[in-house]
Amino acid sequence: MAKPFRDKLVKAFQDWSLPRQIVGEDAMSTAAESEGSRRWRPRLEQADRVGTSICPYCAVGCAQLVYARGNDVLHIEGDPRSPINQGTLCPKGAATIGWMMNPNRLTKVRYRAPYSDHWEDRSLDWAMDRIATLVKQTRDETFVRHLPDGQTVNHTMAIAELGGATLDNEENYLIKKLFGGGLGMVWIENQARV
Amino acid sequence: MQPAQRAFAGWNMIHPRVLDHTDSILPGMIPDESELSAGVRIVPGRRYGFFTDTSLCIGCKACEVACKEWNLLPADHIGLTGMSYDNTGSLSATTWRHVTFVEKIRGADGRRVSILKPFQSDWLMMSDVCKHCKNAGCVDACPTGALFRTEYDTVVVQQDICNGCGYCVPSCPFGVIDLNLYDGKAHKCTLCYDRLKGGLEPACAKSCPTDSIQFGQVEELQIRAQKRVAALHKLGVRNAYLYGVPGSPGATCDIDSLNAFFLLLDRPEVYNLPTAPVLPAARVPEGLALGMLTMAGLGLAAAMCFLQGRRK
Amino acid sequence: MPSLGASFGRGAATTAQWDIANANCVMIMGSNMAEAHPIAFRFALQAKEKGATIIHADPRFTRTSALSDIYAPVRAGSDIAFLGGIIHYLLENDLWFKEYVLNYTDMANIVEDDFRDASELDGLFSGWDPMTRSYHIDSWQYKGEMARSELAEHYAQTSMARSETFKPGTPGNPPTDPTLQNPKCVYQILKRHYAAYTPEMVERVTGCPKETFLQVAETLARNSGRDRTTAWCYAVGWTHHTTGVQMIRAAAIIQTLLGNIGRPGGGILALRGHSSIQGSTDIPTLYNLLPGYLPQPKTNAPHSSLKQYLETETAETGWWANLPKYAVSLLRAWYGDHARSDNEWGYQWVPKITGDHSQLPMTLAIRNSTIRGLLLIGQNPVIGGHNTHLLRMALPNLEWMVVRDIFENEAASYWYKSPEVERGELRPEDIKTEIFLLPAALPGEKEGTFTNTHRLIQWHDKVVDPPRDSRSDTWFVYHLGRRLKNLYADSVDSKDDPIKNLTWDYGTQGPLDEPVVEAITKEINGYTWPDRNQIAGFADLKDDGSTACGCWIYTGVYPTNDHNQARSRKNDGPDGPGTHLGWGFAWPANRRILYNRASADPDGKPWSEAKRYVWWDETARQWTGYDAVDFQLDKRPDYQPDWPAEPKGMEALSGKVPFIMLSTGKACLFVPAGLRDGPLPTHYEPVESPTANPLYAQQDNPAAKKWSLPGNTYHAVADSNYPYVITTYRLTEHHSGAIPTRMVPSTAELQPEGFAEIPPELAAEKGIENLDWVVISTARGAIETRALVTDRLRPFEIAGRRVYQIGMPWHFGWQGYATGDIANTLSAIVGDPNTTIHEGKAFTCNLRKGRLRAGT
Repeated sequence: MAKPFRDKLVKAFQDWSLPRQIVGEDAMSTAAESEGSRRWRPRLEQADRVGTSICPYCAVGCAQLVYARGNDVLHIEGDPRSPINQGTLCPKGAATIGWMMNPNRLTKVRYRAPYSDHWEDRSLDWAMDRIATLVKQTRDETFVRHLPDGQTVNHTMAIAELGGATLDNEENYLIKKLFGGGLGMVWIENQARV
Repeated sequence: MQPAQRAFAGWNMIHPRVLDHTDSILPGMIPDESELSAGVRIVPGRRYGFFTDTSLCIGCKACEVACKEWNLLPADHIGLTGMSYDNTGSLSATTWRHVTFVEKIRGADGRRVSILKPFQSDWLMMSDVCKHCKNAGCVDACPTGALFRTEYDTVVVQQDICNGCGYCVPSCPFGVIDLNLYDGKAHKCTLCYDRLKGGLEPACAKSCPTDSIQFGQVEELQIRAQKRVAALHKLGVRNAYLYGVPGSPGATCDIDSLNAFFLLLDRPEVYNLPTAPVLPAARVPEGLALGMLTMAGLGLAAAMCFLQGRRK
Repeated sequence: MPSLGASFGRGAATTAQWDIANANCVMIMGSNMAEAHPIAFRFALQAKEKGATIIHADPRFTRTSALSDIYAPVRAGSDIAFLGGIIHYLLENDLWFKEYVLNYTDMANIVEDDFRDASELDGLFSGWDPMTRSYHIDSWQYKGEMARSELAEHYAQTSMARSETFKPGTPGNPPTDPTLQNPKCVYQILKRHYAAYTPEMVERVTGCPKETFLQVAETLARNSGRDRTTAWCYAVGWTHHTTGVQMIRAAAIIQTLLGNIGRPGGGILALRGHSSIQGSTDIPTLYNLLPGYLPQPKTNAPHSSLKQYLETETAETGWWANLPKYAVSLLRAWYGDHARSDNEWGYQWVPKITGDHSQLPMTLAIRNSTIRGLLLIGQNPVIGGHNTHLLRMALPNLEWMVVRDIFENEAASYWYKSPEVERGELRPEDIKTEIFLLPAALPGEKEGTFTNTHRLIQWHDKVVDPPRDSRSDTWFVYHLGRRLKNLYADSVDSKDDPIKNLTWDYGTQGPLDEPVVEAITKEINGYTWPDRNQIAGFADLKDDGSTACGCWIYTGVYPTNDHNQARSRKNDGPDGPGTHLGWGFAWPANRRILYNRASADPDGKPWSEAKRYVWWDETARQWTGYDAVDFQLDKRPDYQPDWPAEPKGMEALSGKVPFIMLSTGKACLFVPAGLRDGPLPTHYEPVESPTANPLYAQQDNPAAKKWSLPGNTYHAVADSNYPYVITTYRLTEHHSGAIPTRMVPSTAELQPEGFAEIPPELAAEKGIENLDWVVISTARGAIETRALVTDRLRPFEIAGRRVYQIGMPWHFGWQGYATGDIANTLSAIVGDPNTTIHEGKAFTCNLRKGRLRAGT
């Protein structure tokens, strides 16, 4: 019992900088390093999977490295290999992790019934079925094959889609294909116009 | 390609090791990543720091964000300050990089100018940070050994030792170190001590879009900075100077030099920096004498109380 | 970006961001580059390191101005006067790059005799029809020519049909006058058109001191030519005007006159604002386009059959002669085996548009209940739309609305949290709308490609699964489509054929049943049909149904069955050419600088060693260089079309002309077709302006799209009730509607509240101190915000009168940590005639000290 106590005391004394300074020890000595400092390593070292992503903000297209352990993202920072950003990021890009891991993030489906004053929780499956039903119903009620002058139009004017310009090309492609080519919607717009 | 680009071998040059890592999914972090991002391989025992070149600063505050996101620091104030675009106000226990904004849009004659000096001018922006002084007041003042000088010659508060006494707070001539409301301990920039150990460039310098914040070995940075000042002088930016290299403002008293030093374009006071910072150690002889006298007096008083108590 | 399309053939940035580092001068106008695109500005500073001059022309002194060598203050909305002044200066002082311009542009072309210029008609061009408020453009054509291949992207982005400009003519190059003496040649027209744009007039209209203006013009001229190049950057500071397209056109004219297009360190870089905004134009979720800039079939054009559509839209000469291959391959990709030669490859299943179905009229169509259901996928129009009070009052007319986002944004919460609810104008119990709020996924949680501002397609990996109910939009659209196909499976109604026949076989993977994204990328790239072997280049696409391709300009992004070039991460390294052809894929065909044949002289030699980029290699008998060559590789510089043989397509373009998407191969200084508001940029005042147009009787853009309706009225010229100019903008610390940055503490604290920037002179007049509350109002609405009194805004002397301008970021809303009133409550629904982009950068308002909310 006595020895560990004595060791502790010696260590505490060694960790104390004043005696060290009095004897004029080298400034960069590791003697003053605490246990916590010795163990402190960058959390990126825990990553078992690092993927290359592209910053979701502006159109400069900075590459980011997403560090993950299992299904947990540890951090996101600039990819030094990118000829665009060479590892750098602007304040928005540097906050990507704060967006992804945000406690205010919406992660559950919410539903607001007609004339209601509150949100309700619903399952994703239920919402998807309901949306599909509404899309079909509105389309079927409003589909126009021909204009009065006989021109074929095969469209519906009653459903609109307004997208953000942070959609993937593949997402945009499916939107245009399904809503335009499949359902005949013409109100399909995107921030890309502005 | 274009000879112009080839001839350009600046600090932002692409590192050949980018060619060694061409997979999209990597098994882990890129070893010695700092070499790719800053051209620097980090080796313990060498002296590292920042050269913050305000002439390149665009005031974007990526440094503030990258620092907070890496070091998991909370926002400390949500509200307009009215001081140009500065809404974090100052360095604090939870803001380890802070960008100062000074609008000087009007010339000496009171008119707004159109022909500007090269690089940053008229709206000054400067990313402030802990100076990691060569001789640091906070280290000297720390009675617990929490503040120590690392193997990279940087100054770090060891959170497992700090007891929150706060002696370091007034000892910093730059007003950098501060106690945090959440845990009562002292906090400040660690120069990303953990990242250095992993071969990573500190978060602020890595993110800086224009390389206004440059990370590297202090001696090399100092040479680079001197060249930069000379180049700016040649371009007519006569007001450019270094703050924190030996013999310059900011490196007065026994501080010697700052491991995080700056290229400034106006007087230090304009950026809220002291021209001639003073270490508390400079006042030690008198302070110590006074302190010892006080201790002796207190000891005497205590002894008397004790004796009196026994007599009862 | 119709302006770049009309001038050069493709409506996208002509250069790569990193190439800005090779410029001798960087001109930034209509952009606050350092704040809105900090990492792109990195390359401007690299150029500066090498001695370049940086110029910023802007209504406000911004963080970009602070890093510039010259700051030119320009009143919001007066840009064309400034740019026209530069054109005037270059022509008057003979400072244009003659060998480049005479060989590569229409400078010597002769225009129809009956063309009348705006300088003759007080601001209008010949062909104006006041009844329809539009132009007949017959008189704008090159003499005796049919307007050939005005197509290109620009065309489809306007709502004009190409056929409107189609008239028969003689084959061969349009008549030219190389001596430039003919009064109807483009050179003489340009000179006359810009004669009035003198430095004095520039100062009078823009408020920029003459000396500063001249310094800018002189610097541009000095840094262009054989040995030097100037790069030009613009952003939404130009597009958000009723004259936005013509502002960009003016820059295109300047850059062409200076010989800066297609060359290293030159070009026009459109700095766009969202991670895949270029992709959203290329694979458009836009009403008037099909993927790859094919026009959406419309009723006001001869589009009733595929045959008619192809006849109307296919150019005789130039690259667009290939259009049928791209159209048929797209139909094959969409409808698979149901697309047959005997059913027009399914052409009739593609819906036809009947008018302008863009976002501004969409707001009005929601108000009048034409639109009953709305899907918002990653957009927050309550912040980013225009006249957003009108929008918030219109949204309750919807029967249902789906919002997909990362956070509960303002569009999703307007029904219980908006100022209109606060004021009692809206009550949840009156709102019938069924609202679905679905959590979306972020890059890192989903895979796919983004196309950045310089056309670079980059893959982002999926590293983790999105949390709980969060799903990618690919997942949402795919599974919605799957459900709809099930619902329609048994239908025998022919109206349901398109959804039944749509190919939708991407397969799913993983526990979340995510669709296989690479299968979609492969379809976009294109493959053979029916055996689905990937196609390496769009030259291999066919119009006989043997190929399927979702977006022809992206062909090459997935060139073989096992290679995804968007995912390639090969940087050139320090010794490479710096074009980084191994990093991602730039459309078209991995070309980093467009029209790069122009980096060589007419004989195929580099203009100078300093600006060497691509050149003709006589030994190898092909073009070579540092980039993928934007030209037929084996076409000799001395090739001439055999006109008597009536050459078609690329055979009709000589070996000299670099602008292969245009039917003549030459850049259009004068645009005969494709733009609705004139062949040459002309200064018009913003629709709401503090001054009469000092240049013409025509006050504002005659063709501007206006919807003067209750709730959307416009202020009169110099309206004393709304005496101040207001411009809206972004901050580096926030992103667009700013939900992602207002919700994150580390960014929210940097710009924590809404504010308006006010010049001290105006603040003094109004008794406003820094940080005071102020009320800003327009005929559309009023908001309160905090004052930031700053010298960075200055009063302008316009036509002898003092004009004050205030500025306001439009990021703020009621959600998140950083909040503030919505700036776009003030703006009007009014649009550019070519693009229907709103005018958020210059309108008028009133300002007073005080608050709006009762009890405060």
